[in-house]
Amino acid sequence: MDVLEIARWQFGITTVYHFLMVPLTIGLGLTVAVMQTVWHRTGNEQWLRMTKFWGKLFLINFIMGVATGIVQEFQFGMAWSEYSRYVGDVFGAPLAMEALLAFFVESTFLGLWIFGWKKLPRRIHLATIWCASLAAILSAYFILVANSWMQHPVGTELINGRAVMTDAWAVFTNNTALVTFPHTIFGAFAVAGGFLLGISWFHLYRRRKEGIDTVDANGRVVVGEDLSKGRVRDRTDHKVWLTSLRIGALIATISFFGVALSGHEQAKLMFEQQPMKMAAAEAACHDGTGFSVLTLGNVGTQGATTCDDVVAVFELPGLLSFLANGDFETPVKGVNTLIPEYQEKYGSHYPDDPAFGQYAGEEISYLPVMEVTYWGFRLMITLGGLSAVAAALALWVTRKGTVPQSKWLSRLVLLGIAAPFGANSAGWIFTEMGRQPFTVAPNPQMGGVDQVFMYTAASVSPTVSAGEMLFSLITLTLVYGVLLVVELVLLTRYIRGGTGSAMPELLEPEQTSGKDPSDDDGDVLAFAY
Amino acid sequence: MEWLPTLWFILIAVLWTGYLFLEGFDLGIGMQIGLGRAGEKRKRVLLNTIGPVWDGNEVWLLTAGGATFAAFPYWYASLFSALYIPLTLVLVALIFRAVAIEYRGKAQNATTRGLWDLALGWGSLIAAFGVGTMLALTTLGLPLNENGDRVGGPFAWFTWHAVLGGVAVVAFSWIHSVAFLRLKTEGPIRERAGQQFVRWMPWCVLPLMLWSAVVVLADTSLAAWTLLALALVAAFFAWFSARAGHEGRSFIALGIMLVGAVAAIFVAAFPVVIPSTINSAFDLTVYNASSSPYTLKLMSIVAAFGVPLVLAYQSWSYWVFRKRISEKHIPEDHLVTSVVK
Repeated sequence: MDVLEIARWQFGITTVYHFLMVPLTIGLGLTVAVMQTVWHRTGNEQWLRMTKFWGKLFLINFIMGVATGIVQEFQFGMAWSEYSRYVGDVFGAPLAMEALLAFFVESTFLGLWIFGWKKLPRRIHLATIWCASLAAILSAYFILVANSWMQHPVGTELINGRAVMTDAWAVFTNNTALVTFPHTIFGAFAVAGGFLLGISWFHLYRRRKEGIDTVDANGRVVVGEDLSKGRVRDRTDHKVWLTSLRIGALIATISFFGVALSGHEQAKLMFEQQPMKMAAAEAACHDGTGFSVLTLGNVGTQGATTCDDVVAVFELPGLLSFLANGDFETPVKGVNTLIPEYQEKYGSHYPDDPAFGQYAGEEISYLPVMEVTYWGFRLMITLGGLSAVAAALALWVTRKGTVPQSKWLSRLVLLGIAAPFGANSAGWIFTEMGRQPFTVAPNPQMGGVDQVFMYTAASVSPTVSAGEMLFSLITLTLVYGVLLVVELVLLTRYIRGGTGSAMPELLEPEQTSGKDPSDDDGDVLAFAY
Repeated sequence: MEWLPTLWFILIAVLWTGYLFLEGFDLGIGMQIGLGRAGEKRKRVLLNTIGPVWDGNEVWLLTAGGATFAAFPYWYASLFSALYIPLTLVLVALIFRAVAIEYRGKAQNATTRGLWDLALGWGSLIAAFGVGTMLALTTLGLPLNENGDRVGGPFAWFTWHAVLGGVAVVAFSWIHSVAFLRLKTEGPIRERAGQQFVRWMPWCVLPLMLWSAVVVLADTSLAAWTLLALALVAAFFAWFSARAGHEGRSFIALGIMLVGAVAAIFVAAFPVVIPSTINSAFDLTVYNASSSPYTLKLMSIVAAFGVPLVLAYQSWSYWVFRKRISEKHIPEDHLVTSVVK
């Protein structure tokens, strides 16, 4: 592998990994804020337990997102210095704003939230989780502005060989960003919804299996108690899981519509802005109107400029045109039409310039790796759709107040937690790989070679060696692998511990009941590491 | 608009100073927990002095990085790519450190907790050393060619400057955390910190003063010399007031020492952001490394609004958690056990 390939693998691995933590943080954060608000308003202990339990899982996950996020801020300069020089004037701004305006708020206020129980006045304490979770969403906006600019550069001119911002409003209201933002946020809530649903299902299932909750002959749910370990599995506990399950299923279902609608808008834009990406997503070699359900054959002709071997096995006529244009007739350009257009506009060979390293003077492959774009696109839709259907079914199945006593179903639901994560990853891999061979895709409304765009081949740090890149790729991958195991072990332990894992006072009710801990200020901390 | 790059140079110097001041004691505490021999309860006291604030402090590093990217893309690109290996280690160190802070208390047995302690200690040490190395090299020089790219291989940056900067930040962070503990704890920890501070402080600020002096010596500006002198006076004051038992005063004086020494470094380095050790014609300066006036103006507006806000709510957070803590404030370990059969 050459430097460029190693650098790309590293960026892909670190970013996909980081984005496992991010959607859960975004989706779960606001959900926890809402739960705490309900508790604040009603004083109902059920909602306090929900806040504490989901808040605990939120924090276990949050820290991993923080830790892996630092890598993101640094690696543009480290591995992609030519890219950083070219785009810094535009791309650096949203990144710096993210740190200054969003991440600072998120980190500081989460610290206040974690340690502020019983220390801050209740209303203020509630406000801290709202600040932190809204800041996470603001954070996503800034990062997506930066990413959308790479997909569709606007508000920029090419001056002295680099992209220079001329219109900040255009950059921050880039239509690509405005559709990607809701798509990503709804995607994040789909993740959180599935997470809530899967874990709550697990607890309801175990309560039933262990005979705590039963279903009588009339099909009515009889809620019971098992107080052998404090109040962890009392009647309120049942409500905790049932309500969480319903909230999760509802969030997942609603999010799906949000994801689908925003995704449709995004796809329409993408057909205009990056037609090659969408043609590759369809493995559509020739112009047409049909959406491919299954395309076989020589799908992955990486590096080739022709894809005549591709055979569309089954197509839904007209659907592709609907995705692209909103009608069923206008044909959508295929790869074979687009390649000559790109070649004419941006050249058929890389410039013979040392900045392109070993790729200088080579032929440009405008076709992204079609196996990845085609299957990535479909995986995203399939996993997203399946989770939504499953969530809606779960709502129906649990309408009477518990889950079916089925072992395989409960395992399937737990496994299903992974589906929205997978959909998120697949979507990002599709859109980033589909942008190749560019890091900054050319804006088709702006003309040819004299415009702002950048090839991936020219983006990498020129004098960083393959050995250095390999060192960091291996190190980071190993570290991330170990930490993934650690996070999963911890999450599993806290999930199996139920609400008692986040509320020790539930485990020994005699000692704490009747005593308001806020009276002994200066005694033991309400929370300590 | 000539002054915009200068303004941003100042702002980035402020961000780095803020980072060293705030995360300095976090890193020092991490080293004390992970590499010291304190008992478990005492370790938890140390950790909880920074518990609510460490994450906010670390954002200063991200903001310094992000602001450099936005305001001086060429500085950001050259510095970060030149120091590829050390920064990779810093990243790994920061990852382990962050996760260790959050997960150490969730360990179910002493072995696991010991591993997290090691991660926290070495993570803090390596991160402090690496940041020091990076800041020393950006002020004292890297082998950059005309494109701003490092030449001479993965370790071409390695000079005694790199070691000096690393040692300077490690030593400062440690003594800064000792001063911090005097303010945040009570009982034996506070007393011991008092003794340690008086004993070690002069040695711990020496490398930082030396680094500052090396940069200032190459420059003749009066301002830099004045700042260095201020740092020296503050250092003396910190030591004498510590000996007299004035904890707050000595902490503030140590902070002023840091500000003076780092400001002297940046003032002396100005307008060069990375000197090229190959040819001074290849130096990166605030003028040839900066973003366009338009972007700098936009970022200035954002910073004028954002920085005071950050300072306000971070100060508030320190105010909320202003109470001293000691072993009696630390709750018992909470072991999580499965409730499902």
